[in-house]
Amino acid sequence: MLEVEDLEVCYGDYQVIRGVSLHVAEGEIVSVLGPNGAGKSTVLNAISGLRPPRAGRIEFEGEPIGGRPPHEIVRRRLVHIMERRRVFPYLTVRQNLWLGGYNPAARDAREETLRHVYALFPRLAEREDQLAHSMSGGEQQMLALGRGLMARPRLLLVDEPLLGLSPAAARHTFEVLRRINETGVAILFIEQNVQTALGLAERGYVLESGRLVLEGRSGELLGSDAVKQIFLGG
Amino acid sequence: MAPGATLTTEIVIQTIVSGLLMGFIYALVAAGLSLIFGLMEIVNFAHGEFMMVSMYSVFGLYLAFGLDPLVSAPLCVMFLFALGVATHYGIIRHILNAPMLVQITATFGLAIFLRSLAQFLWTPDYQSIPDPIVSGRLDLAGIFIGVPQLVASAGCLLAFGVLYLFINRTETGMALQATAQDREAASLMGIRTDRMYALGWGIGAACVAVAGVMLTNYYYIFPEVGFIFALIAYVAVALGGFGSIVGALFAGVLIGLVEALGGLLLDPAYKYAIIFAMYLAIVIVRPKGLFGRF
Ligand SMILES: Nc1ncnc2c1ncn2[C@@H]1O[C@H](COP(=O)(O)OP(=O)(O)O)[C@@H](O)[C@H]1O
Ligand SMILES: [Mg+2]
Repeated sequence: MLEVEDLEVCYGDYQVIRGVSLHVAEGEIVSVLGPNGAGKSTVLNAISGLRPPRAGRIEFEGEPIGGRPPHEIVRRRLVHIMERRRVFPYLTVRQNLWLGGYNPAARDAREETLRHVYALFPRLAEREDQLAHSMSGGEQQMLALGRGLMARPRLLLVDEPLLGLSPAAARHTFEVLRRINETGVAILFIEQNVQTALGLAERGYVLESGRLVLEGRSGELLGSDAVKQIFLGG
Repeated sequence: MAPGATLTTEIVIQTIVSGLLMGFIYALVAAGLSLIFGLMEIVNFAHGEFMMVSMYSVFGLYLAFGLDPLVSAPLCVMFLFALGVATHYGIIRHILNAPMLVQITATFGLAIFLRSLAQFLWTPDYQSIPDPIVSGRLDLAGIFIGVPQLVASAGCLLAFGVLYLFINRTETGMALQATAQDREAASLMGIRTDRMYALGWGIGAACVAVAGVMLTNYYYIFPEVGFIFALIAYVAVALGGFGSIVGALFAGVLIGLVEALGGLLLDPAYKYAIIFAMYLAIVIVRPKGLFGRF
């Protein structure tokens, strides 16, 4: 459903992504791995329209979306949850969720989607009227996920959902991602920890200095010497 | 104590009432400024000139068609809304990522341009609208309240209430807040943040225009008229907290009262000195301002 081919992205004159190709099939769950600064976030930003690519092709459900603005892309139910959660700190939990369903494709079904999200995260329902910034990291991650789900995604891009979470909150977040995937939503997520990532994903891509250095099924990658070299430095 | 005055209860109440009336006007002017700053962290140095343009547009419609401010007010507020939107698309949009000095000189340049334009069109002279419909004064048990002042103040308070409800109770208002809090995240929700910026400039200019058109019932119109209002608005925004609309209301009213009482107790010549002394004191103790988040 998502096809990225020879993607190149720059910040000013500085080329960060140097020809990355990847794909995600309907209902799949795929991870993007790589050390800090490899360009993982930049790839997701290019797909969701936050950072227009310099070159390359991005197709979603057969239609080219490369360089289109974010508000057009989210309407296609391709939803991006950014690194560090980025909830609206001075809006309430409910307002954050409500805005998640702002785009015209999700707007009419908001009440119903909100009930689903509250069923998935009862904690959010309890904290409905609390300002987002006053919640714990784990709760904010739930809110970020819930807000993403409010856009009724068919493909969810999730950037480092476990960043800064306690082990318990991390396990819960993974469990939730698995459940979301089981409802038929495809997921492309970024994670620094190889074991964790490949425990959840069916396939993985390894990025280093803006290039794809490895790709494969999780089982293959876990056993590969190259992965050990990149992530364990030898 | 101003020389020659005796401090009676009536005088004190009279002063407090005048201070409050002025305060609501300051509050609305400051709210417009704060809205724009909260949205995109740009200080609009042409804010006072937006006010001046709104006043001259009332004056112009009076000269051309004999329209009373009461009639032309809504038109002029709409005109300033459009001018605010045009400022965003014509200037601000192009300098969003520019260095701060560029942003300052851009809105400052706009201010000088608008002032010069006013001088060119209407000379630097003081103008006023003769015999506006809203006139006269009320005598409430010895306390005198000018009707134009009362109407201006009530109009500003009403506009403030509408602004508050819009921002906090409507979908678009919520999108505006979301854009202010995290532009990228907002755009991923499908919010067209560039339009929100334009809307913010429109509303900001409309706020200061409401104050401006109301003032034409009793205030002189001249190219520099916006200067002191804008200056006070900058203080109110810093005092109330950058980006806080409620803070702007409190700070505006506080400044109105301090100005009036300071003028009564010391000397009117010192009233701005008192305002800025208060500002410095609060900013040193609480740099974020009274309601600020930054
Ligand atoms: N807004 C930006 N401006 C300039 N350089 C950036 C920006 N964002 C990221 N970079 C640079 O791009 C490279 C890739 O960053 P990023 O995609 O965030 O990596 P990752 O998510 O894999 O840690 C890094 O070298 C980073 O310094
Ligand atoms: Mg990253």
